[in-house]
Amino acid sequence: MNSISDTSAVRARRVAKRLRRRHWAERRFRLYGLTAVLLSVGFMVFLFANIIGKGYRAFEQTYIRVDINYAEELIDPNGTRLAQDLADGNYQGVIKASMRAQFPDVVERSEQRKLYGLLSESAERALKDHVVGNPGLIGHSDSVWLLADDHIDLLVKGEISTEAAEEDRRVDDQEIKWMAALTAGHRVERHFNWSFFTEGDSREPEQAGILGAVKGSLFALLITIGLSFPIGVAAALYLEEFARRDHFTDVIEVNINNLAAVPSIVFGILGLSVFIQFFGLPRSSPLVGGLVLTLMTLPTIIISSRAALKAVPPSIRQAAFGIGASRVQMVLHHVLPLALPGMLTGAIIGMARALGETAPLLMIGMVSFVADVPTNLSSAATALPVQVYLWSSSAEQAFVERTSAAIMVLLAFLLTMNLLAVILRNRFERRW
Amino acid sequence: MLTSTLLLILIGCSVAMYFVGRSRSIALVGGRSGISKLNSLPGHYGLWVAAWCLLPALAIVLAWNALGHRLIVSAVVSQASSVTAPMSPGQRSLLLSDIQNVEDGTVPLALASPSVKAAAFELRRLEQLSHSAVAVLALCVMLLAGGLTWHRLSPTVRARHAVEKVFRVGLAACSTLAIFITIGIVASVLFEALRFFHLVPVTDFLFGTQWSPQMAIRADQVGSSGAFGAVPLFLGTLVISVVAMGVSIPIGLFAAIYLAEYANRRVRAIAKPLLELLAGIPTVVYGFFAALTVGPLLVNFGRVIGVAVAPESGLAAGLVMGVMIIPFVSSLADDMITAVPKALRDGSLALGATRSETIRKVVLRAALPGIAGGVLLAVSRAIGETMIVVMAAGLTGTMTANPFRSVTTVTVQIVQLLVGDSEFDSPKTLAAFALGLVLFAATLALNFIALVIVRKYREQYQ
Repeated sequence: MNSISDTSAVRARRVAKRLRRRHWAERRFRLYGLTAVLLSVGFMVFLFANIIGKGYRAFEQTYIRVDINYAEELIDPNGTRLAQDLADGNYQGVIKASMRAQFPDVVERSEQRKLYGLLSESAERALKDHVVGNPGLIGHSDSVWLLADDHIDLLVKGEISTEAAEEDRRVDDQEIKWMAALTAGHRVERHFNWSFFTEGDSREPEQAGILGAVKGSLFALLITIGLSFPIGVAAALYLEEFARRDHFTDVIEVNINNLAAVPSIVFGILGLSVFIQFFGLPRSSPLVGGLVLTLMTLPTIIISSRAALKAVPPSIRQAAFGIGASRVQMVLHHVLPLALPGMLTGAIIGMARALGETAPLLMIGMVSFVADVPTNLSSAATALPVQVYLWSSSAEQAFVERTSAAIMVLLAFLLTMNLLAVILRNRFERRW
Repeated sequence: MLTSTLLLILIGCSVAMYFVGRSRSIALVGGRSGISKLNSLPGHYGLWVAAWCLLPALAIVLAWNALGHRLIVSAVVSQASSVTAPMSPGQRSLLLSDIQNVEDGTVPLALASPSVKAAAFELRRLEQLSHSAVAVLALCVMLLAGGLTWHRLSPTVRARHAVEKVFRVGLAACSTLAIFITIGIVASVLFEALRFFHLVPVTDFLFGTQWSPQMAIRADQVGSSGAFGAVPLFLGTLVISVVAMGVSIPIGLFAAIYLAEYANRRVRAIAKPLLELLAGIPTVVYGFFAALTVGPLLVNFGRVIGVAVAPESGLAAGLVMGVMIIPFVSSLADDMITAVPKALRDGSLALGATRSETIRKVVLRAALPGIAGGVLLAVSRAIGETMIVVMAAGLTGTMTANPFRSVTTVTVQIVQLLVGDSEFDSPKTLAAFALGLVLFAATLALNFIALVIVRKYREQYQ
């Protein structure tokens, strides 16, 4: 031992130095933890902000006010005013004439075609419905708000930069000039995009809506909840309340735990070869989608139902036995009602997961373009998350905001379901 | 008769029989006052009669619905094909779809050949015949069984016992469904995978380094043979999983440590649900985010620092997947850290260790097996994740471990090969099942090991 360095002052200094270092390390460690938490929350905020920022504009849609002259020779040349004759009218001609009247100096054919392209192709249908509803308009004039085409919509929303070179953007200078003229005449407005919620899918972004996808998801989820909740609860009841612990129940348990971690796409393969190939159920249908999601959520529901049953104290069971109940009566009259809120919470969370699931639905063909809103369980359909996938792989720029808007709707559904689960848990779950 | 109407009739009849059985049991003992002479409650007798009424008939209807159509179709097809020369399986399925198209009216009758037309008529006739036959059979069985039990009903019958037995058997059947699902998964991937391995040797599949599953239609096309070496896919999956774990393990672990050991209750009450929210976001949303935001961001960033980053790089998919897995890792690690007994912590603190030293040298060491199990589960999720990689990773298999380049994964290829294809005969679609088998086996192995580790660890401190 060196007598000089061993003096207590030196040692104290050394200890203090090391202590400082250790405390510094402590603070650093703590900071790492805080950074990790903030990073993950930051990711989420960024994600949400990004999607909302991209998607909020999709809830509005550009309309152009056009002075329509309801010329009888185009709409109802025979003058019958019958609904079926009115439905055959040349509304495109009416719209074209009105647009030409709006811009009389556009005379060249290709320019005129571009002029008509300001409006969506669905404008014709909207006008037809308008006239069939009010036949008295024929022969008169009226100004009507008609849906603009998606690239005009993007222009109005400022998503197409007008500074870029003309050949690099989807709207050329002439169209910008026309739109400026229309805007100056108070003929351009953005209205709430109701059709987004009331229409099925479409190849034209300005006409595409999510109703078909929402209904497809709804149908599939109805099947899923209708099958997986009763079956899951039954399985949990058997395993918790009836079965002896033996090899057989061990095998079941291992199976359930493993199934809960099997990738969802594998369930899709299962659905493809069992439900579609073997049983011949209709491809792309919410029926098969619901069945696949049932198989996928079943393990989760069994596990959460078992947890809910485990939480019911044994004294309840003993009391029921004590007054002469059979095991089935004990379970059905006493344990199950007490465990039901917990089971429902688990089921709702399982449903929320099923609603967001995409991969297995791709496998069973719920990914084809379906313009019609599905009417029953076996008609071809997509689901909300699949619609997100389909739109996101589309090349049209206008689909980006629609994809984000569909995501917002999907997240709103999920949030509501999770909130419901939390409320249910806080409201009904008893602590013993 | 439609199956749904038949089912409704069956259910309606058994509901009626419930009330009949109940009132008969009461009547047998001379009214309400004599109920104590009954072995079981009147409701049990009702249920007993109703169950006998419903279940056998229901079994017949369901069995026929599951198998009947297939039997008829195969009978008709073999009859139709016996007329002509012997057929290959391919021709048989062609004939079958011809017949079915005529039968359901997709193809007009006038266009069909006479033999197909005859077969279609035969098919329709047999279908209708079988429908009415099953309806009659089910109703007869229902009446017979219901009548017999009604006849056997007496105060000494142990109706509750019987009903409870049916109930128990029903519950047990529901719980065995888990086994059947597993069998179904294994069977559905295994058989098609075996067919694939007849066409492409296993060793070529597992060790081949060339992946180009597109089979050419013409023989002289480039790459007409199709190559099924899956190593590029495994490598791509590995690259993306490594990136994902590189994000999620440190962040998830440190978040768990902070929330479990440092944060006060208020912070925990806010941060934990937020993390769970991250876990509740659908993967398709992450995929969209990865493809449209993170991908381009990384490309631009790479341009700034002078690294060529592909727009569909493994890095973008891996980073976003890592974010997705953070809550998974953190909640598992949180469980494991809180399971470490307080005595261990107190002992370390009492020896003068700081909190971080306690965490690093005592808590984490004690929780290590559990955390390792959790990490394995997270890896299995990463390799099975589909939507993020389908939307953000590449489509062509490249032999590279460079995360800046475009790589593809096993799940991407399964989706690519199977979506939109319904013919299960080409090696291209069969390859998807082989990949599915590999994926299933890999995740199963990981899960199994992880569950064993986690269970062992939990037992250690209980």
